Amino acid sequence: MLEALNYPFDPALLLKKRRSLKRELLSDGSTRIEKRIAVLGGSTTHDIIDMLELFLLNFGIEPRFYESEYGQFYEDALFGQELAEFQPELVFLHTSFRNLRFLPTAEDNASSVAEKLDRETAHFTAVWENVSTRFGCPVIQNNFEPPYYRLLGNRDAWDPRGWTCYALEMNRRFADYAAAHESFYLNDLAYAAGDYGLQAWSDPLYWHMYKYCMCLNAIPAFAYQTACIVKSIYGKNKKALVLDLDNTLWGGVVGDDGVEGIEIGQETSMGQSYAEFQRYLKTLSSYGVLLAVNSKNDEVNALAGLEHPDGALKPRDFVAIRANWEPKSKNFGDIAAALNILPDSMVFVDDNPAERAIVTRVYPEVSAPPLDMPEHYVGLLDRAGYFEATALSKDDLARVDMYRQNAARAEQQNRFTDYGEYLRSLQMKAVIQPFEPMVLARVTQLTNKSNQFNLTTRRYTESEIEAASKDSNRITLYGRLADVFGDNGLVSVVIGRQEGERLHIELWLMSCRVLKRNMEHAMLDSLAAAARARGVRTLVGYYYKTAKNGMVRDFYKDFGFTLAAAEGEDTVWELDITDYQNKNQFIEVNEGHYEQN
Amino acid sequence: MNRTEIFEQLNEVFRDVFDDPSITVTEQTTAADIEGWDSLMHISLISAVEDAFDLSFPMKTVLAMKNVGDMVNAIADRL
Repeated sequence: MLEALNYPFDPALLLKKRRSLKRELLSDGSTRIEKRIAVLGGSTTHDIIDMLELFLLNFGIEPRFYESEYGQFYEDALFGQELAEFQPELVFLHTSFRNLRFLPTAEDNASSVAEKLDRETAHFTAVWENVSTRFGCPVIQNNFEPPYYRLLGNRDAWDPRGWTCYALEMNRRFADYAAAHESFYLNDLAYAAGDYGLQAWSDPLYWHMYKYCMCLNAIPAFAYQTACIVKSIYGKNKKALVLDLDNTLWGGVVGDDGVEGIEIGQETSMGQSYAEFQRYLKTLSSYGVLLAVNSKNDEVNALAGLEHPDGALKPRDFVAIRANWEPKSKNFGDIAAALNILPDSMVFVDDNPAERAIVTRVYPEVSAPPLDMPEHYVGLLDRAGYFEATALSKDDLARVDMYRQNAARAEQQNRFTDYGEYLRSLQMKAVIQPFEPMVLARVTQLTNKSNQFNLTTRRYTESEIEAASKDSNRITLYGRLADVFGDNGLVSVVIGRQEGERLHIELWLMSCRVLKRNMEHAMLDSLAAAARARGVRTLVGYYYKTAKNGMVRDFYKDFGFTLAAAEGEDTVWELDITDYQNKNQFIEVNEGHYEQN
Repeated sequence: MNRTEIFEQLNEVFRDVFDDPSITVTEQTTAADIEGWDSLMHISLISAVEDAFDLSFPMKTVLAMKNVGDMVNAIADRL
């Protein structure tokens, strides 16, 4: 990870030093997933691609680009042969207000404008549908910035002939399409333009000289928000914020100033800034972002500060609280371990640069935004795009509860000396079924974000998952798990490909939130049963080593598979299932008692 | 800032933009003399020059630049 590319970045520096930055990223020895991305533009896309490339490399994605000829987005999407040969895994349609073709005139009225909007929209839906049928890949589509001049002044905003009104109506239609289509991602160019400042953004010099729909300096921030969508699609979002307390969640030092002395609430301007930050975090957590505390404090003082009546955050809003005098890097690692997530997927939020340095020295891949003053905290975290919500499932919304339930399970476990007794006490119930339409989005999301308990780390698009579910040569299984403490949701996915009497296990993954509950036993039982019903005698398991999946190196061995081949640290395993005995003893599977949240 | 100083700072900008520490530009240097100086890189070059000298060129001025000497004139006019 390059510091220069972390938000907040210097746009002019990135544009100027793009070549050396790229060189530095490519030689840093890190492993990245490779993606073929087609950028189809209605204006020049050269610098956008350069900036997108830097940000994606920094996010752990190595893109290979296809760039349409200038302004040929429509023709390319519908007919482009070279594009077809490129086989895009993602298509980004970079269009803007400059590409609107039926702008209203003085002669128009409400109904003729409505027709124009329909024709305009149809032009774009043709592009999206062609991309979807030709390539079956996700689409990222810009919406429209307001025009840089207003022929009707303020009337432009509501009169159907107004171009401002026209752009807004188009954006409404694009939003409706986004709401109705899973693999369609709206890139909010209108927000980016407003955020940058419309007048500077729309500098006509860049259009007339270079056919850029925005000024050059606006490109890095726009490319960054685009890169955030891409990294989110490929499961590279962050999952948690690990927060300091003193001068981060409130002003002052609770241990010295006392609960009455800290600044939080409506009394002072500073107190209001911290209160807004706490409300921001609380709302963020309602969308599934985990919050944890990492503070140098006596725990009793930390908890007292969090009980302050004017603060929005209370101790129960955090899935882990580490308030002690250990080094923050140690607490940071402990929190990751307790939550079963990788340190890389947590953001460290601390006003003290020295503490940030201590954590990032131990965990170089951890983002630790440079907090300066409390009135900037919200904007800084927000624009960094850590939690870009391309998918927002029921499981996401329930995630904080799930982690809280896990804490309750850990407590329960401490009451048992025998692990089997503990598992029995959970009264686990599972549903294990072939993929069905309702679960495709969540299954896809899991294939893209599971890193640790993932045997092959194959990434799938939703259309590939759908295709697998319909393939008569494939066995697909998803597993949901619930227990007395609550529903863990859809946590495991297996895909096997049958070749005569052998079933090749192409994918086996499980969410780390259900580690050590024997869910994998139940999955293997179901897989073996489904395979035997189709005449399969041998299961063939594959382990492909990555930097993150060391925990499943011996997965197949532990299940009694025998080693059939090895290449480096990648291994192939086989299990004869003619006399397969079920392994699961603790989970009731498909008994019909499963209650969803 | 005199002409020599402008050239010195300009060299830094060229080296960054074209990622080549050996570049030294003169009055007569044109796009043909520097590898990678195509119409697209020209956009980032102009922008980097504007940023380095904290000024902005009108379209007419950019279009009239035929070599680095013209660029230095345009910078000197605005400092």
